[in-house]
Amino acid sequence: MNRKEMLATLAGAPLAVLALAREARAGKDETPLSPAREAIRARYFPNVVLTTHEGKRVRFFDDLIRDKIAVIGLMYANCQGVCPAITANLVKVQKLLGDRVGRDIFFYSVTVKPEEDSPAALKAYAEQFHVGPGWLFLTGKPDDVELLRRSLGFVDPNPEVDKDKTRHSGMLRYGNEALSLWASCQGSAHASWIAESISWVDRPKGKRAES
Amino acid sequence: MYFNVFGEKVSRAQWKEMLTAMKNRQEIIAAGLTRRDLLKMGLLTSAGMLVAKSGLSARVPDRCFFNCNQCASPATTPWVQPLPIMPIKRRVTSALNPAPTIAPNNAGGEGRTRAHQSPIGSNSNLPFPPPNIYQVVQQAGQVTMSPQLPVQTIWGFDGISPGPTYVSQYGSANLVRNVNQLPLSNGGFGNNEVTTHLHNGHTPSESDGFPCDFFPNPNIPAIANAFFYDQYYPNVLAGFLSDHQPNGDVNESMSTLWYHDHRVDFTAQNTYKGLAGFYLLFDSNHDSGNELTGFHLPTFPTYDIPMLLADRCFDPTTGLLTFDLFNLDGILGDKFLVNGAIQPFLHVSPRRYRFRWLNSGPSRFYQIYITDLNNLNANNQFWQISNDGNLLPTPVQVPAVALGVAERADVVIDFAQFAGKTIYLENRLEQVNGRGPTGNVLAAGQGNFLLQIIVDGPQVADNSVDPATAPQFFALPSTNVQPLVQREFSFDLTRDGQWQINGQFMDCNTVRFAVTQNSVEQWTLKNFGFGRPPWTHPVHIHFEEFQILQGAPGLFGQGDSRFYFRQENQSTGTNAARKDVVRLLPGQQVTLFFRFRDFLGRYPMHCHNVVHEDHAMMLRWELATVGDNNPRP
Repeated sequence: MNRKEMLATLAGAPLAVLALAREARAGKDETPLSPAREAIRARYFPNVVLTTHEGKRVRFFDDLIRDKIAVIGLMYANCQGVCPAITANLVKVQKLLGDRVGRDIFFYSVTVKPEEDSPAALKAYAEQFHVGPGWLFLTGKPDDVELLRRSLGFVDPNPEVDKDKTRHSGMLRYGNEALSLWASCQGSAHASWIAESISWVDRPKGKRAES
Repeated sequence: MYFNVFGEKVSRAQWKEMLTAMKNRQEIIAAGLTRRDLLKMGLLTSAGMLVAKSGLSARVPDRCFFNCNQCASPATTPWVQPLPIMPIKRRVTSALNPAPTIAPNNAGGEGRTRAHQSPIGSNSNLPFPPPNIYQVVQQAGQVTMSPQLPVQTIWGFDGISPGPTYVSQYGSANLVRNVNQLPLSNGGFGNNEVTTHLHNGHTPSESDGFPCDFFPNPNIPAIANAFFYDQYYPNVLAGFLSDHQPNGDVNESMSTLWYHDHRVDFTAQNTYKGLAGFYLLFDSNHDSGNELTGFHLPTFPTYDIPMLLADRCFDPTTGLLTFDLFNLDGILGDKFLVNGAIQPFLHVSPRRYRFRWLNSGPSRFYQIYITDLNNLNANNQFWQISNDGNLLPTPVQVPAVALGVAERADVVIDFAQFAGKTIYLENRLEQVNGRGPTGNVLAAGQGNFLLQIIVDGPQVADNSVDPATAPQFFALPSTNVQPLVQREFSFDLTRDGQWQINGQFMDCNTVRFAVTQNSVEQWTLKNFGFGRPPWTHPVHIHFEEFQILQGAPGLFGQGDSRFYFRQENQSTGTNAARKDVVRLLPGQQVTLFFRFRDFLGRYPMHCHNVVHEDHAMMLRWELATVGDNNPRP
């Protein structure tokens, strides 16, 4: 049932509303993943609960990754190092990708300082950079965020470097979950190159999300 | 041999516990348990650490538990499969349709974007169409890599992995119609937009498999639906249009090349999935393939066997090939394949054989020895006759051969000394993570066993040359020439884990520098990581072979060198050679001498640890009629 149909139905029987609302919430796809997608989900995309910079609670895999084209990177709000440059770079990438971002392509910036970065702090950071829609800044419980960081492979083999938040990875993961196409590129590369890389997993070309 | 994530050896029992721990963690993650859940279940301490319950490692919070080099492939029985021998690629028996054209036939479905460059079609060495026409189809195939593993899907040229072996002659050019029938459905990894590189042919750029020349390419409307790409392989000696007209410098002869996918950002996934094979070059007067003629090297194919080495990980539960998608260091497999079979056996006659060894990666370094389990202390020397597939001036007797990813070595082993015995090819180079070897060479019998060789074949004639008689192959082209340009390249990692070369990042659209056609250059490559665990990088430059002027790496574990180079290393022994991949050791600097000749266009330089390559330790350079002299591009 799509949104239009549901709204039309809600206009009717009030008792049915509850049931329908429940169905709508659960309406996100719960059909089982193929074994390949399931193996990737289990290994790399823990379904931790995060909070977006708009204060919305989301489950990482179910809400942010599944059936989407995702670009994932790290940052933190008071970063003086590479984050501002990479964030500014991604703003350019977002512009190059136009209205694909927010439709089928989503940017996710995960903070490496969840204990400091409240949703409000992330929102301020996002506004400072004038990020467009389709780009979420994410925080959560420190254990969950740490689990996510490691699962995504944003680790340094040197434990001292790995602990140093100012040296968090500047790499970006990008991929198309439904097609199991995952790769990485440097967050400091040319914006045009990052946009081109993301376009490679934007398949089938011009696909529009089901409304 | 079992290791934990710190590189420490563990017992089989400990390893099984780690495996259970990994599965437990995966289940916890898969169940989407929140921290509160974990606390309620008594699996978290109040400090937030996962409890050291049996099966859940206490070390989990401190170290990575996903994306560590922790393969846990199912057990397989070695020495139960014969060594596969790849079929020789045959020429087409009927004309290609559409017929090959010099200009790309985009309307007909060709993915090439640049014409076969002049003087193809107007030079007697570059006829068009050339005398040898091939068609190869990249497609999914079903294979058994071990009797204990399920039949499973790989991607291969002609549906097999390794792909068929091309047997080519100098002076007789090839055209290969490369057809892409790879599926979109990839089983978890692999990108079906592809570009095939012949490593390391003296090939015009438009046929070289440049990383961004993949097809189809939906971003380029003309080739958005392309399904084939014609590649022209001149099989011509370097210098034929420049300093050694008309037929090139015979001392630039190459023998053992390989071909593999080179698609930008997905090379590791695609080669790991099976897209690789051998390409051999012969010449009736030199490396003739017939031990009665030319250099009298063992006759191909009976006594001349290409061996593609690969290490791989398989899922502990399903037994399917598994690829670590978010690994940045380098992937180490725990299963060792030769020609697509895990630890196969080979019967040989007690005579000389030529083996062509290729380390196809993804990341591991090898140092290969001959091991006799009944005589572990024996120093079983043999003869190395090529480096990176280029015949040495004369054979060199060696105790072992070191290979970084993409390096090749041809060796001659006389099995007469082992008549009636069973011996092994063993990799004794210790490596615990994808970053590079530790530098330790393990004791005989403690390494990775690759191939079992049973010397019980019939007595047969051996008309091949005895390497001990010091036959002369090719002379090294002179390096006593003033280079036109000298450049240096620093291979590095930023503070935040991004690979770079000379402080810049990869972009196919950026030409970092241009080399003047038909000129000499000298390049210094540097590997200086600051304050990090050491990385070793096998660096590869397309199109031309180089000679190492200084800083040549020796065998690991020799004398005081361990894995550190010596700046003043003269290129002696097997390093007195033409190469196309150089092992750049931690803190090392190496100086290379190049002649860049004959063709024009774009080529890459990159680390060939394919995981580094994809992330993306690579740059684009060009050969142009007029180049630049930027010393640090």
